[in-house]
Amino acid sequence: MKLVLKNGYVFDPINGIDGEKMDIFIEDGRIVEEVKGEAEVIDCSGMVVMPGGVEIHSHIAGGKVNTARLMRPEDHLRNVSPRTAITRSVCGYSTPSTFLTGYAYSKLGYTTAFTAALPPLMARHTHEELHDIPMLDKGALTVMGNNWLVMRYLSEGRIEHACAYVAWLLRATKGYAIKAVNPGGSEAWGWGRDVRSLSDRVPHFDITPREIISGLMEINERLSLPHSLHLHPNNLGRVGNVSTTLETLELTREVKPSRERQVLQLTHAQFHSYGGDSWRNFSSAAESIAEAVNSSDRLVLDMGQVVFGDTTTMTADGPMEYYLSSLTGLKWANKDIELETAPGVTPFVYSEKSPVSGVQWAIGLELALLVREPMKVMLTTDHPNGAPFFTYPKIIGWLMSARSRERVLNSLHPQAQRNTVLGSLDREYTFQEICWVTRAAQAKSLGLENKGHLGAGADADVAVYPVNPEETDPSREYEKVERAFSATAYTVKAGEVVVRNGEVVRVVSGRTLYVDARVDGELEREVLADVDYYFKRFYSVNLANYPVQEVYLTSPQAVKVDAGVR
Amino acid sequence: MLEPVSQPECGLVAEVVSCDVFAGRSRKEIEELEVYAGNRRRKLGDFFSVSGSAADSPEETRIVIAGSVERTKWIGRGMSAGEIVVEGSTGMYTGAWMKGGRIVVKGSVDSFAGMMMDGGELVVQGDAGDYLGCAYRGEWRGMRGGSIVVHGNAGSEAGHCLSGGRVTVKGRAESFAGVRMHSGLLVLGSAERRVGAQMTGGSIVVLAETELLPSFELIERVTSPEIEGVRFEGVFEVYAGDLAERNAKGRVYVKVE
Repeated sequence: MKLVLKNGYVFDPINGIDGEKMDIFIEDGRIVEEVKGEAEVIDCSGMVVMPGGVEIHSHIAGGKVNTARLMRPEDHLRNVSPRTAITRSVCGYSTPSTFLTGYAYSKLGYTTAFTAALPPLMARHTHEELHDIPMLDKGALTVMGNNWLVMRYLSEGRIEHACAYVAWLLRATKGYAIKAVNPGGSEAWGWGRDVRSLSDRVPHFDITPREIISGLMEINERLSLPHSLHLHPNNLGRVGNVSTTLETLELTREVKPSRERQVLQLTHAQFHSYGGDSWRNFSSAAESIAEAVNSSDRLVLDMGQVVFGDTTTMTADGPMEYYLSSLTGLKWANKDIELETAPGVTPFVYSEKSPVSGVQWAIGLELALLVREPMKVMLTTDHPNGAPFFTYPKIIGWLMSARSRERVLNSLHPQAQRNTVLGSLDREYTFQEICWVTRAAQAKSLGLENKGHLGAGADADVAVYPVNPEETDPSREYEKVERAFSATAYTVKAGEVVVRNGEVVRVVSGRTLYVDARVDGELEREVLADVDYYFKRFYSVNLANYPVQEVYLTSPQAVKVDAGVR
Repeated sequence: MLEPVSQPECGLVAEVVSCDVFAGRSRKEIEELEVYAGNRRRKLGDFFSVSGSAADSPEETRIVIAGSVERTKWIGRGMSAGEIVVEGSTGMYTGAWMKGGRIVVKGSVDSFAGMMMDGGELVVQGDAGDYLGCAYRGEWRGMRGGSIVVHGNAGSEAGHCLSGGRVTVKGRAESFAGVRMHSGLLVLGSAERRVGAQMTGGSIVVLAETELLPSFELIERVTSPEIEGVRFEGVFEVYAGDLAERNAKGRVYVKVE
């Protein structure tokens, strides 16, 4: 299968190509230098050509996603669409069905997506859901920040055992990276409590959030995993949480990266950049977070942008979701994941009239505009927590146009205008920078060598957007840009055209990536004896039923890492 | 005029029976409108014999269903203007998401009548099933406007999550009328237990004595009060609640004399 994408304006920042008119050659699912002989030619004249989008943090599969679907039948009234000859019937907005998730991402030009939180005990279910998401290559971030064995090994100073356990857990859950959510806090929630600072002690474990975070970063680098630690810090959504976040970012100074990448991804940074000391003087602290990222080569962040409207919040941060539902009085669900984590779910409405929502909206954009290097920023909404991913084109419009931001800012509560700096920022993203924050930075951060760029050997995942960068002024014509990014002219997945003019024309299944990290066999045997004991003593399932076999994954692709941990 | 010819074994999904849809369509086009009998796609003309002609605008359109259609669901869904008169009874979801106009049912309506209504008028001369004027499943923001009047009795959870507008049941309402209501007015001839459970705002008027939950507190006794712009004759005990909810500002007026 050969394909030529002819004469488009190509944006490929990893390879230093910035809007050059050129052809992209594809053969057997890969980008190649050129193709010989018969090939399908697609005319991309006057259009933007980018690598396929890479989603790094989106709640698209897992126990709480399904809980949210059960909890929000009213959300299923949105995006209702009957089946076609090739696509399934779909529905949902903040809790879209698996099929819609795949189709909709593909229409936005995305070809890869990582689900933000995979609790190990829910791994089989999560992979079954990922199996049902078409169009995308997928991966999952395994949640470990409140895991009993991780906390025990770390508190006992047995770092090699912790490494061996983490490596085994990644393989058992077919996960791609280490995710930590409110480290120590979700465990404390099992006792009706939370942790509010890095120095609080986790009930019944001789450990603090600080030690868990530092420990997980050290494990990550000892194992030399492709991605860094992916961290949802403590105190999400709390007024004045910036001090906790900055203290957390400081911990990266002590960690030596094992690869050319950051040692920490601060995820949905917007929710962790709050100043003030009460909801009345709630303010943006984006400047100090951006400064921390600017002055470090070990940090990246994703935005966690808020877009006004009705959505569903879901995280493995049980105490936070309870706190939020007690503020709104709306329905709430809690899931207990035994020795591992405790997610919660509750709907939320971000209102333009609310000073708090207004500040939240501004913070995400401030972070993206204040962090100087676009390779350190990733566009996310923490789908669906800040907003469903359907809103990405709107966010691209805001990033590219100060005018479009100003329009929204002027309609907000005066307090939101006063307590943010967004109005003073005139930076406007270029197409190249958009390419960084929607795919290239993600691929770098995740250590995906074949994604996020269009060099020879890369996966032939390409998005072609119907907008002419030479004839369009995004600053003024932001609506046109938004339209272009809402529906690709072509999405190419593994060398096949899957979307044409915003319509899915071919349904493909994609692959599932996971990390297979190996450690010394003797060490692993010792760890498995402990695992066995924990299962017999505490878990409600049998150890034999716990690890997920490859058969549960669509086209599994193991990323092998010889961790060298002895 | 729609004359029912037959009704399917299972429900007939007929949201096309609406003045908005009929307006400007010929008799033939109306017969061709798509309905679902279970999961089978059929034509409206398979179940109704159509006569007369539709006006050009929904406002001037009047639909008469000359008989009982208890298995026909979604009549008048989302209708914005015009009038539907049903000579008999209708199935579930009559007048759901209605925005304007008027639906008169001379018989009874099944459950979920007037669900998520935004405006307009639904008059039922017989009884209503459960969830009269309710919110959609899972939704906490219910009916926002318009008016529902039921001359007979209503089932459970009438006015569920009511967020505006007016629901009147002249007869008796079963349990949990006004459950989780936020605003608006719910008037009940009489009511079974647990009126206004979890209500946070709005007013419920019960024109006969009823047993309230212990989370309602008697605050005063008033004579011929005006409630949400309507005057009620007689002596009423006023209860505040549901105090089990945060910041609850609901009122239940119970007629005692």
